[in-house]
Amino acid sequence: MTRTISFTLNGEPVAAEIKPHHNLVEVLQREFNLTGARESCGQGMCGCCTVLVNGTAVSGCLFLAAFADGAEVRTVESLANGSALSPVQEAFIEAGAFQCGYCTPGFVLMTTQLLDRFPDPDDDQIKHYLSGNLCRCAAYPEIINAVKIAAQKRKAGKAA
Amino acid sequence: MATTTIPAGPVGAQVGRSLPRLEAREKVTGRAEYTHTMRLPGMLHAKIVRSTMAHARIKSIDTSEAKAFPGVYRVITSEDVRKVIPEPYYGPAFHDQPILAIDKVHYVGEPVAVVLASDPHVAEEAAQLIVAEYDELPAVFDEVEAAENKVLVHEELKPAGTFADLKHLKGRKGTNTALDFRLRRGDVDKAFAEAAHVFEHTFRTQKVLHLALEPFASIGDFKESSITIYSGAQGPSFVRTEIARLLGWPENRVRIRVPYLGGGFGGKLYIKLEALAAALSMIVRRPVKVALSMEEQFYTITKHPSTFRIKSGVDKDGRIIARKCEVYWNGGAYADIGPRVTQKSGFTASGPYDIDNVSIDSYALYTNLPPAGALRGFGIPQLVWAYESHTDMVARALKIDPLEFRRRNLLREGRPQATGTILENTKHEAALERVAERLNWSKPLERGTGSVRRGRGLAVAIKAVIAPTTSVASVNISADGSTTLYCGTVDMGQGSDTAMAQMVGEVLDIPAESVRVVPRDTDITPYDMGTLGSRSLFHMGHAVRLAAEDARAKIKALARDVGEPEGSNIPLADLFKKKYGMQAGNIIGTGIYKPDYVPPDATTGLTPNATPFWMCSAAGCEVEVDTETGQVRILRLINVVDCGKPVNPKIVETQISGASLMQLGFTLFEKMHIDAGQVTNASLADYKIPGIFDVPGAMENEAVTAVQSNGPFGAKGVGETATFCVSPAIANAIEDACGVRLTELPLNAETVFRALRERDNKPLGEE
Repeated sequence: MTRTISFTLNGEPVAAEIKPHHNLVEVLQREFNLTGARESCGQGMCGCCTVLVNGTAVSGCLFLAAFADGAEVRTVESLANGSALSPVQEAFIEAGAFQCGYCTPGFVLMTTQLLDRFPDPDDDQIKHYLSGNLCRCAAYPEIINAVKIAAQKRKAGKAA
Repeated sequence: MATTTIPAGPVGAQVGRSLPRLEAREKVTGRAEYTHTMRLPGMLHAKIVRSTMAHARIKSIDTSEAKAFPGVYRVITSEDVRKVIPEPYYGPAFHDQPILAIDKVHYVGEPVAVVLASDPHVAEEAAQLIVAEYDELPAVFDEVEAAENKVLVHEELKPAGTFADLKHLKGRKGTNTALDFRLRRGDVDKAFAEAAHVFEHTFRTQKVLHLALEPFASIGDFKESSITIYSGAQGPSFVRTEIARLLGWPENRVRIRVPYLGGGFGGKLYIKLEALAAALSMIVRRPVKVALSMEEQFYTITKHPSTFRIKSGVDKDGRIIARKCEVYWNGGAYADIGPRVTQKSGFTASGPYDIDNVSIDSYALYTNLPPAGALRGFGIPQLVWAYESHTDMVARALKIDPLEFRRRNLLREGRPQATGTILENTKHEAALERVAERLNWSKPLERGTGSVRRGRGLAVAIKAVIAPTTSVASVNISADGSTTLYCGTVDMGQGSDTAMAQMVGEVLDIPAESVRVVPRDTDITPYDMGTLGSRSLFHMGHAVRLAAEDARAKIKALARDVGEPEGSNIPLADLFKKKYGMQAGNIIGTGIYKPDYVPPDATTGLTPNATPFWMCSAAGCEVEVDTETGQVRILRLINVVDCGKPVNPKIVETQISGASLMQLGFTLFEKMHIDAGQVTNASLADYKIPGIFDVPGAMENEAVTAVQSNGPFGAKGVGETATFCVSPAIANAIEDACGVRLTELPLNAETVFRALRERDNKPLGEE
């Protein structure tokens, strides 16, 4: 039943022994001690388990680890460069866009993907992209603000 | 020369800064620690088998297949639990909840057995092989029916003895009433007889839940002479006391460690999974993790459904002269903190109005539903929903403007509230006026055209903070001059670590960023009653202030001791070196705070000092109702609170905004659907919480200029305040828009549409 998968995790080649029913979140936690992606609803409704697989955000709780074989997997832990936070992470702090922080990695990753595709999103695009992420503390107004700040930061960063 | 690397930050005026949360970097990088993702070496995973019956005798539990399942370490039932904990009943108000069901089950979802395995998938699969047989008993689900005592949930009441006013219930039989709080002021019957108008309405609220995104989790780690429990708990001190009591141990052998909480909202208060985690670890002598799924949260703790009958007598000038309140709280199968909700919120059931004759009866009731506890407001949102809807209905019936009617009857500062306690430091009137101003209340509203109609509504409320409660804190200054704060307040997202650090910084004149706030650990952090009811900023704030002041006094004493002149600005590190000859020593300041309190009289419920401070808020909204579909759109949601002087204005604003959006969900769509005791929508796929598309067109959050004269640095708590008024403000706006009055939550499109059809004498059928 056990098989070995190989994939790129945050830029590093890795391998893990998994069973067919293991999802990506539990493998990241158990085998790699990465707890930024975390299970909450277990149904792909809340976005707390968001992981980027080949550049696309997926619900890690519904994504079977077996499918990560050969893929490029990125988690929230890869965004900061040493002590330097990514523009999205900085923006979330500046905007006060979280309270308990449990959902935050999911929002940060989803925002990163949004800005990769739409560097200057309008409110509708922001809401559309983030509608699959839930925040029970309901920091939504601050999150929308954070996305706009992050867009500015990324533009300024590219210009510099 | 000391070479400390304390983070930079401004010195002076720490209180009042909009400092980002101290733990912000950990949270955006995914490194913040939560119990649900923690693991210990050699840990077993527990999967709970739950009751499928609402009320039944357990005939048998067949665990043989599960035991034989490959990879299963052990299967546990109450028989095993009783070998290590002979009296395995826990709870904050009543010792009524068994760690695993004993002889009977009292609600669908009650834990009956547990499977332990190293692999959580194995535990989950094997749990499905356990077969429990039951003899079904009649069950009661409705709180008003439960009060008739035809079906009894428990044979006998078992109050914990913690609270003096519950002691008289000990051993009481033949009742589902876990507390009957009463308040009598003036002569209500006489006043009703004299009233020009009498109005009576009944309001109901539905069952909803906290639904923290980090589901409940606890890890028990039993060693021969001590036990450590890692838990997402809002009250580590209480958990320690309760575990020590269950084990018959002194408290110093029980250690509770609490990392960050992925949301709490009152759900993770008192004791939840900790007793089970402790028992399991004791039985198998290994670390055991009990981590729930989202579905299981629906069977753990919820908000009280309620029925509130409210009756008012009004004189010919539109002044309320009598009010009678009967509130029934549906506490579910175990009391949890329900009896406290019943009393502590019960006494403000008559609202923020100046009424000479008041009668309040507030009943905590057992039913065969999942237990109910505190949820961001400790019962107040249920009460305000009723009394502020009622206020509008009365005003409209009397053809008085709802704002004017409130102004005419509002309880002013310096006047006694229903308990007799004087209302002080309470800017509810200012909050209400700010809401009216923002709504442009004195000008007519553009009502819309065609089938989409616009309306506006407002509401105002007060809450007494739970009293009396105690907080203890200590501040430790190390020999390099750096400062550490030890306090048991649990940061579950409200930003308490940051606010407490700001208070330490204010007293010691150091940047708040440089203060280390130690994660909660009962081996280290002193006693605190719990992170609940918006009490922490005031109570723990005072304890922290006192601890920092104590440390400051000791710094001065040390300076004198080593011969420094008065007012010397010698660096702290040099002071220590002068005293101890090297980098050595500590200064430890301690602070304890417990406010004065007079318990309510047992027969009248009156007291001259019910609370150390009053919380208050007002809300207003503009809505659009599509009269062809019943859809309600919130165009503007305004919340104005009095939180004294904000310690951290930015965090205060997010608390106002977040609390009002949470209550928006409870108002417009959240509802646990229950069929014969079985929750039928126990998942995020079927139970909707507010998402980004549910944010109203405009959110307006404001804290009125205020100073809480007895608060730390003029502040008071604000975590719950913006939940109070949202529901009635929206219901009042719906009536204003389309003329229908809803008296039961939630106010979803279906209920609005049904009411519209009824108004037009074309009622819809049941399905």
